[in-house]
Amino acid sequence: MNEKQIQMAHGSGGKLSRDLVEEIMWPAFANPILGEMHDGAKLDINGVKLAFTTDSFVVKPLFFSGGDIGKLAVCGTVNDLAMTGAKPLYLSVGMVIEEGFAIDDLRRIVGSMQAAAGEAGVQIVTGDTKVVEKGAVDGIYINTAGIGAIMTGVDISANRIRPGQDVILSGCLGDHSLAVMRDRHGLVLPETVVSDCAPLNHLVENILTAVPEVALFRDPTRGGLATALNEIAAAAKVGILLDETAIPVRAAVKAACDILGYDPLYMANEGKFVTVVDQQHTAKVLEIMHSHRYGQEACVIGTVVHKPVGQVGLTTAIGGVRLLDMLIGDQLPRIC
Amino acid sequence: MQSITVSEVKKAADFFVSEIKNLNVRPLRLMEVCGTHTVAIFKAGIRQMLPVEIELVSGPGCPVCVTPNEYLDTAIAYSRQSDVIITTFGDMLRVPGTETTLLDARAQGGDIRIVYSPLDSLEIAKANPAKKVIFLAVGFETTAPTAAATILTAKQQNLSNFFVLSAHKLVPPALEALLAMPHVKVDGFLLPGHVSAIIGLAPYEILGTQHNIPTVVAGFEPLDILRSVYMLVKQVIEGRAEIENQYSRIVPIDGNKAARQVLEQVYQPCDAVWRGLGKIPGSGLELKSGYNEFDALAHLPVKVGHSQEPRGCRCGEVLSGIVKPTACPLFGTACQPEHPVGACMVSVEGSCAAWYKYGAGRWQM
Repeated sequence: MNEKQIQMAHGSGGKLSRDLVEEIMWPAFANPILGEMHDGAKLDINGVKLAFTTDSFVVKPLFFSGGDIGKLAVCGTVNDLAMTGAKPLYLSVGMVIEEGFAIDDLRRIVGSMQAAAGEAGVQIVTGDTKVVEKGAVDGIYINTAGIGAIMTGVDISANRIRPGQDVILSGCLGDHSLAVMRDRHGLVLPETVVSDCAPLNHLVENILTAVPEVALFRDPTRGGLATALNEIAAAAKVGILLDETAIPVRAAVKAACDILGYDPLYMANEGKFVTVVDQQHTAKVLEIMHSHRYGQEACVIGTVVHKPVGQVGLTTAIGGVRLLDMLIGDQLPRIC
Repeated sequence: MQSITVSEVKKAADFFVSEIKNLNVRPLRLMEVCGTHTVAIFKAGIRQMLPVEIELVSGPGCPVCVTPNEYLDTAIAYSRQSDVIITTFGDMLRVPGTETTLLDARAQGGDIRIVYSPLDSLEIAKANPAKKVIFLAVGFETTAPTAAATILTAKQQNLSNFFVLSAHKLVPPALEALLAMPHVKVDGFLLPGHVSAIIGLAPYEILGTQHNIPTVVAGFEPLDILRSVYMLVKQVIEGRAEIENQYSRIVPIDGNKAARQVLEQVYQPCDAVWRGLGKIPGSGLELKSGYNEFDALAHLPVKVGHSQEPRGCRCGEVLSGIVKPTACPLFGTACQPEHPVGACMVSVEGSCAAWYKYGAGRWQM
């Protein structure tokens, strides 16, 4: 790494984040489970298959339209577990709270966590609270960890991606990032854009029950769809070709992004996922997604191709083709 | 405006591409002056849709890119003063100065804040009366009027702790200077739509009348660009060198008088140094004497070391359209978006960043 100090982009989920993991974390902690570099670790304990994951939440502002840091902290970890093909079961919660933080706000956050855990069907079974002096953190930071049971007969892995498979996206991009940005900066943007923050585990479970052959799930959080697909293409040693006109983005989000200079393809989502499936299963998977509240706008956005290996291409609306690179730099800090 | 369907856009694009091909031109170099055009061209994948004879080269229309190192070094030096808050558009943070960047200066404790409008700087100044707030006023005729309006507001509000470090630049003098440079070969300009919406068409007249170069003011949608390329090629074929306005739905012939009035009230033209192009007469803006109180350089002493451009970097030739980014030995190797050597790899509108991001030389089907 060229940098001498941590920059905001080291936390962006993009290229510098990857460098940080590969050059500092990996050499210290290297082991085969970590080596899969998935959002959740897959464990085999005497034949019992478990998924285990953790995530920290530093979103600013703490309360935004469509959610708050509490809902985000539960959904984020639930979704990371779900993306490994697991049924999320138990969560831990660690909080670092700033001296002077309003107890009413804490109650509100804990209430959201309770509601989100209820919807997801998980229990919060252990926790920890630390308080630090004023100014040492910005209000409250929350860490959650979770374990889940990997569903029988399910093998979610980039190794199972093959050319010819379809890439399906569960809904519109950019809603979460834009809602948080609007509420943080008081931007004049339509109130109709709200965070998509939601637990996706029931939808994933419905899909896997009907089509256990699904090759991969991935939630495009920090770094957005473009970064997620680049990671998938690199891990699976395939190319991915997307159709720009098929990728759903709300008109209000697109217009706001044009003005602010953001690209929805790189914006964090908290209630969306991509899945890669054999074409013969596409219709069934779409049918299941369309019948669930968190998958009504699902559609095929592209296909897996032989080459170029490790790259993502985009066929544009006017018929050109260009590279879709992973996120470089820091598009929107403290979005989750 | 009526929206058209996806299939209609595709049909229209196919139509313009086939019309351009039918014109059977000799090899032509057309320069898209504006960085927003460079990005739009890549984003839509336009380059490889055009016949090989037509080469689109990127010009000096990225404000961050043409801002010389000396300016950055000055801004960084100010940020190290404990009573100074720097406000800037986000683009400037990662641009390398001679030794470091504003981003590094911030990591080392400098109070450097990103603003979305220059007016935000005034709020920061009011909230921090013991500090001096310096806005990095960088940009072309498009952003200069809002900076000027901010200065007018600061004057009305009697703010004494708000300053600007001005590096505003004017597009038409730079295009003329470019044509006079020895190795530059341009057969036509795609003129910047947003700048033209402010200045109108008249300032470009000299490009046709004196330099015999056809020009088209172009919009930013893929179809705008394809149509503008078609209009430019047609001028060349027909031996015309006129200003045509493809973007008339946004650009009035005489521009935006109100914006120009604000600009002229506060600023006057001055000579300015452009990265790569050197000093160009009358191509910059300085504060008029009545507004001199807001000039950071005039009132806040600062010590700046010797500034120099990075070794091996060909940003200058890239900005003048002499070479493509891929011709620079540092492109994609030592110079990448996450560790840029030259300014053109930093800004989202920089030629090198756009070439790299959208896969020039990398993406092959």
